[in-house]
Amino acid sequence: MNFDFSDDQKMLREQARKFLAEKCTNKVVRRVFEGEHGHDSALWKGVAEMGWLGTAIPENYGGLGLGYLELCVVAEELGRVLAPVPFSSTVYLFAEALLAAGSEEQKTRLLPKLAESKLIGTFARAEGVGAVTPKSIRASFKGGKLSGTKIAVVDGMDADYAVVLARASDEPGERGLALALVDLKGAGVTRRAEDSIDPSRKHAEIKFDGAAAEALGKPGEGWSITSRVLDRAAILTAFEQVGGADQCLVMAKDYAMTRYAFGRPIGSFQAIKHKLADMYVNNELARSNAYYGAWALSTNARELPLAAAAARVSATQAFDYASKESTQTHGGIGFTWEVDCHLFYKRSRELGLSLGPQRSWKEKLVTQLELSNAA
Amino acid sequence: MDFDDTAEEAKFRSEVRAWLDANAKLKTGAEGADEMEVEEDRASMQAAKAWQKKKAAKGYARISWPKEVGGLGGTPLQQIIFNQEESKYDIAPGAPFAIGLGMCIPTLMHYGSKDSIGRYVKPALAGDEVWCQLFSEPAGGSDVAGLRTRAERNGDEWTINGQKIWTSGAHYSDYGIVLTRTDPNAQKHKGLTMFYLSMKSPGVDVRPIKQASGQSNFNEVFFTDVKIPDSQRLGEVGQGWTVALTTLMHERLAVGGGTGGGIDVNELLSLARTLELEDGPAIKNAAVRERIADWYVRTAGLKYTTLRTMTALSRGQQPGPEASIAKVVVASKLQDLSAFAMELESEAGALKGEDAAMGGLFQAGWMGAPGLRIAGGTDEILRNIIAERVLGLPPDVRVDKDIPFNKLPSGR
Repeated sequence: MNFDFSDDQKMLREQARKFLAEKCTNKVVRRVFEGEHGHDSALWKGVAEMGWLGTAIPENYGGLGLGYLELCVVAEELGRVLAPVPFSSTVYLFAEALLAAGSEEQKTRLLPKLAESKLIGTFARAEGVGAVTPKSIRASFKGGKLSGTKIAVVDGMDADYAVVLARASDEPGERGLALALVDLKGAGVTRRAEDSIDPSRKHAEIKFDGAAAEALGKPGEGWSITSRVLDRAAILTAFEQVGGADQCLVMAKDYAMTRYAFGRPIGSFQAIKHKLADMYVNNELARSNAYYGAWALSTNARELPLAAAAARVSATQAFDYASKESTQTHGGIGFTWEVDCHLFYKRSRELGLSLGPQRSWKEKLVTQLELSNAA
Repeated sequence: MDFDDTAEEAKFRSEVRAWLDANAKLKTGAEGADEMEVEEDRASMQAAKAWQKKKAAKGYARISWPKEVGGLGGTPLQQIIFNQEESKYDIAPGAPFAIGLGMCIPTLMHYGSKDSIGRYVKPALAGDEVWCQLFSEPAGGSDVAGLRTRAERNGDEWTINGQKIWTSGAHYSDYGIVLTRTDPNAQKHKGLTMFYLSMKSPGVDVRPIKQASGQSNFNEVFFTDVKIPDSQRLGEVGQGWTVALTTLMHERLAVGGGTGGGIDVNELLSLARTLELEDGPAIKNAAVRERIADWYVRTAGLKYTTLRTMTALSRGQQPGPEASIAKVVVASKLQDLSAFAMELESEAGALKGEDAAMGGLFQAGWMGAPGLRIAGGTDEILRNIIAERVLGLPPDVRVDKDIPFNKLPSGR
């Protein structure tokens, strides 16, 4: 039985933790959180120099070709410190979309730039309030031109390129959908920064008005590619969520041990202990589910969709619980701007929504469960 | 990262399989999930003892124990491998021996004399002698050290008077380890002493308790002038709490991995597939699907946590604290999932046994769950343990620490 990361991977974790403790202090996070910029450029450059952007990108496309287990390790550490860089949009979504459906030419042209932090990418899906379904996609991609409006695009202001889910033909449902690859600096693209609950991950509305775009993958496969990419991103994001949840527990525990009330540390009260014990239990379950996802991702296992949904739901629940109860444990001070609790509270919700809500992942999970039970 | 056995583990697994094939039959799936309702009639006890004897002869009764005492001299991981393989076969469950081999005998091996180890370990391994653990009392369940059963010394002999309660299996046990108060004037944790005794000793009176589920798995045990020689003392006089902590540490390992009687997400899925609700098949109902997903991630999370523990063992490391979460998760999931299944069954959910859907599986789970949330450490005590031992939070402020036991307020 070998269901854990290897010594080398654990060493990478230590290295990442050390690097981020130094380069991604809460000052750095708050500078982005409270500022206009979508990310911290110095940190982004540092992350690229560490080679993390290309962790799972094959060497012939300019990556390190290490693999997905290594990428999971890095993701957990980025999540722990709320790193304000467009890592997940660029690596988990954009690069994965290229790897999943890109032509040789597209991959050769874009991935090496991405690995060097010369290209920020994102993936645009939602067009309005409510579930993203094939029916909800109205953006049109025909004859190499993209028109329509996407909202809540994570890192949308900073991105150079986007993969956009759009309607390419009049065929109904998902058969009419395709993916468009768009240079966001080109003509026919206008962007507006949107207010979001987590300003350390800025969102944008992007309007396309006949913008030049190329196809990514075959027409009619837009929805299925998106679904596959989201599965992979869900596992990587689960590691960010587990890292964040773990940090919330550390913060709550440290506070409970040093804060005195009624003549004793508040951590000696069972009301606090049981809350923190529940946090620990949820975090461990989420970590184990994420590990299974990591295994599925690294081996391209048949179980990947089920593993992804379980990792996603478990990690979202754990981070939600940990961030809100860590705030609660801190009492009044936890609701101040000055203390970091709200950064985690906001990040946990943002991560819980950005790849789709729990409801849709639970639906996916049970569908997979039915398939695997029928088999 | 993979789920494969190492070459050595694979070799052991195939040895175990070969032995099981030669000595038992594979399950057919028609046995039913009856773990919640452990049958304790004479016939099933004899079957359990017979299977235990076979295992003991091969060293499989306790794989990680040294060969000298009847084990296999193997590793904890080999024990898990054996358990995994054994669970595929239709054998009489070893439940009656779990407490003796899981808690009592390890305590005896730690604190007992060479003679007593030589005398008791092998018969316990072979299922010839069954042991129980006599700790809890009416005045102390979670607060075990609040116990009042008195042991008074008279030369080389002790006289025990008092009452134990919630003693699993006392009614079929041959021996027991008993925690007593030997000095009521001392602070409560310091006046305790541990002994072992024959359950056939004059003055021992075992009375089964009828549980809320209608079954009787545990008992009240009364002691009236029961005589125990000093040679049956385990540990020093007044050191009983330290000895008990050894036992309880083993208890958490033994009870920790409860499975909830084979009532889980798959069973709920099976039920949902067969039922019609107000708006069509239950399996198509969004609320049902959402709950299935919620429980699935807890079940799967626990399953993969176990694999992480096995990995630590396989690499020769101590399992991390993650091993301590199982019962907290399993017991309340069993209760909630069973109640939800009964909701789906609607009016007919109120029926049980053969009159109910799926042989009354969920009703049995629902009825057993309150016990599972209490036995072997309540949900609350387990959360305290996680908070204090795993997270390192400070202990609760106590009002019973520096006062002689007999001066403590006792309620009634």
